[in-house]
Amino acid sequence: MSNLSKEPSFLFGEDTIQYIQHAAATGLYDIRGLGAKRYLPSFDDLLFLAGSASRYPLEGYREKCTTTTVLGTRFAKKPIELKIPITIAGMSFGSLSANVKEALGLAATELGTSTTTGDGGMTSEERLSSKTLVYQCLPSRYGFNPDDVRRADAIELVIGQGAKPGGGGMLLGQKITARVAQMRTLPAGIDQRSACRHPDWTGPDDLTIKIQELREITDWQVPIYIKIGATRVFNDVKLAVHAGADVVVVDGMQGGTAATQKVFIEHVGVPTLVAVQQAVSALEEMNMKDKVQLIVSGGIRSGADVAKALAMGADAVSIGQGVLFALGCNSPTWIDHDGQHIDATEDYTKLETMPGFCHHCHTGKCPVGVTTQDEILEKRLIPEVGARRVKNYFKTLNMELTTIARACGKSNVHHLEREDLVALTVESAAMAHVPLAGTNWIPGLKEI
Amino acid sequence: MDNLARKNSDGKETLLFDLSQTTVRDMNQFLHHNLDKSNVSNIRIIHPDGAHSIAVGLEVPVNIEIEGHAGYFCAGMNKQANVTIKGNVGWSVAENIMSGMVRVKGYASECAGASGHGGTLIIERDASLRCGISMKGVDIIVGGSVGNFSAFMAQAGHLVVCGDAGDGLGDSIYEAIIYVRGKIKSLGADARIEPLTDEDHKVLAKLLALAGFKHDTKEFKRVASARQLYHWNADANQEY
Ligand SMILES: Cc1cc2nc3c(=O)[nH]c(=O)nc-3n(C[C@H](O)[C@H](O)[C@H](O)COP(=O)(O)O)c2cc1C
Ligand code: SF4
Repeated sequence: MSNLSKEPSFLFGEDTIQYIQHAAATGLYDIRGLGAKRYLPSFDDLLFLAGSASRYPLEGYREKCTTTTVLGTRFAKKPIELKIPITIAGMSFGSLSANVKEALGLAATELGTSTTTGDGGMTSEERLSSKTLVYQCLPSRYGFNPDDVRRADAIELVIGQGAKPGGGGMLLGQKITARVAQMRTLPAGIDQRSACRHPDWTGPDDLTIKIQELREITDWQVPIYIKIGATRVFNDVKLAVHAGADVVVVDGMQGGTAATQKVFIEHVGVPTLVAVQQAVSALEEMNMKDKVQLIVSGGIRSGADVAKALAMGADAVSIGQGVLFALGCNSPTWIDHDGQHIDATEDYTKLETMPGFCHHCHTGKCPVGVTTQDEILEKRLIPEVGARRVKNYFKTLNMELTTIARACGKSNVHHLEREDLVALTVESAAMAHVPLAGTNWIPGLKEI
Repeated sequence: MDNLARKNSDGKETLLFDLSQTTVRDMNQFLHHNLDKSNVSNIRIIHPDGAHSIAVGLEVPVNIEIEGHAGYFCAGMNKQANVTIKGNVGWSVAENIMSGMVRVKGYASECAGASGHGGTLIIERDASLRCGISMKGVDIIVGGSVGNFSAFMAQAGHLVVCGDAGDGLGDSIYEAIIYVRGKIKSLGADARIEPLTDEDHKVLAKLLALAGFKHDTKEFKRVASARQLYHWNADANQEY
């Protein structure tokens, strides 16, 4: 037996020591892409109570189960009608390549769902390839153009993102090619800090008037969404509704990003599970449920996650990271025109990472050509190939969703309800306002 | 629609909108859809009474005169139109202007010309806080003074201030240029005073002439980016 003393510290574990020593050596904080990696209560902590003797299930593959989703019914003359309640989240051109933007548009169009622009404006590729395109109005207003406002199918006013509520955007110089720089009216090669506050309004009263301006410009035709990063969700949703939103998008702290400070990703905001519950409670308290639609995002991976979000009261979900993974993010290979898988592990090594662990979107050197502006790397993602993969992924999610809905006896996925769910842990029961499995106990709400 | 048409000497028409009789929504829809097919070259809007979103989202070269005070977002996202407000304006006049000209005869409240991408905004009296915030190519010429945090994160274009500037002028400025005739209370991060070049004198003289302000360009200081925050820097003491 060795006498080597190896008593690990919980407080100052290996990772923490490494973090402190990195900070000491460089004076830098970490910036990275994707979302929170730490454990957080999530939809995994909920389970469905499907049909049995007391509930009547529908036949798995045969009986109809509707997934049609209508968004923006409150004020817009032309609400958005989607075939599935699963949408593609706003991701900027700049963080993603033009090929990826085109792939997302093609996939969304084939699936009958929407895709969304991002910080940096609308590209012609995505407008041409997307039947239903949501145009983001962000604090930076990079490339913001009234012509694009007029050709959008909905406008999403972004107040915050789940990965970095209260923080602005960040696109490091290595991703700023001439095209990206031109769209953002800035010199190529410099780091771009997108503002965290809108330039032309500040408080909720101004927001009301801002929404009115956008409605006037679009002749009250298209829905106006408000996107918030999940923090004080209950109050923020109420303010968004009060300000006149048709649709509220709530992005939980598991949500992905192209680049932000790690301290933000891991320590700011509340989990999506909490966010959905608080958003739905706010809508219910205002008697606005089903009048204002709710889109939920932040860590949605599977059909089960979608079903749970809908059962808790969301009208649709929105996906970012899952889409990146479908496109090949963190895969050891990329796919060429002949369908061959080409090894990319060396490029992961150059980034000092490996497939399965990469979160290096901020570098612009994405080994599989997803989050890059590099002329060579971006060719690794062929729009048609990417579109097919995203389409397959969303189809799978939708099939899983309808499988669960049918098992719960619902002929429409929007009929899933909180009553269909139980919680596995006391904490998730309290956060989601769903009873702990085997009890009728919702901590903080009801006693046994 | 209660708008009255009158023939001008050039054969074109002037239309009158009375906002005590017509809603802003009806008027804006008319301006968006009926102008380019019409013979109208001039619009007069009376009784604006501080209404918000007057003449937003225009995209035709028409002359508009607003007889009185306008509320928030007046002439927002303007393209091509030439809008004159014979009064004061609320927040964010000509926000995200792309082209054309907006002239405010009176005072402007906060965020005048915010994120303007092109065109010209002239404010004959003072502008409040954050004038020219996030500007991206618009030229803003202010006859009086501007409030704190003006030209915050300004990316491109010119801000001319014939009076004084408040605290934090040009904070985190990129490639926009500011000319100030009066006192500058303080500069924001990465903004610095520089001597005017010959080119600056020419540009400034043109902008002053466009606005009809008679000042000697030699009386102005130039404020531009020191470009110290262009790259992420650990030694910048959290300023970036
Ligand atoms: C690469 C990338 C770029 C993003 N860019 C934007 C953006 O420009 N604007 C925005 O509102 N959100 C942006 N987001 C956040 C997404 O819109 C969405 O809120 C988030 O991805 C949802 O969580 P999920 O990634 O776990 O699905 C981005 C996310 C990623 C992964
Ligand atoms: S593989 Fe590409 S998209 Fe995925 S985390 Fe790495 S850099 Fe980002």
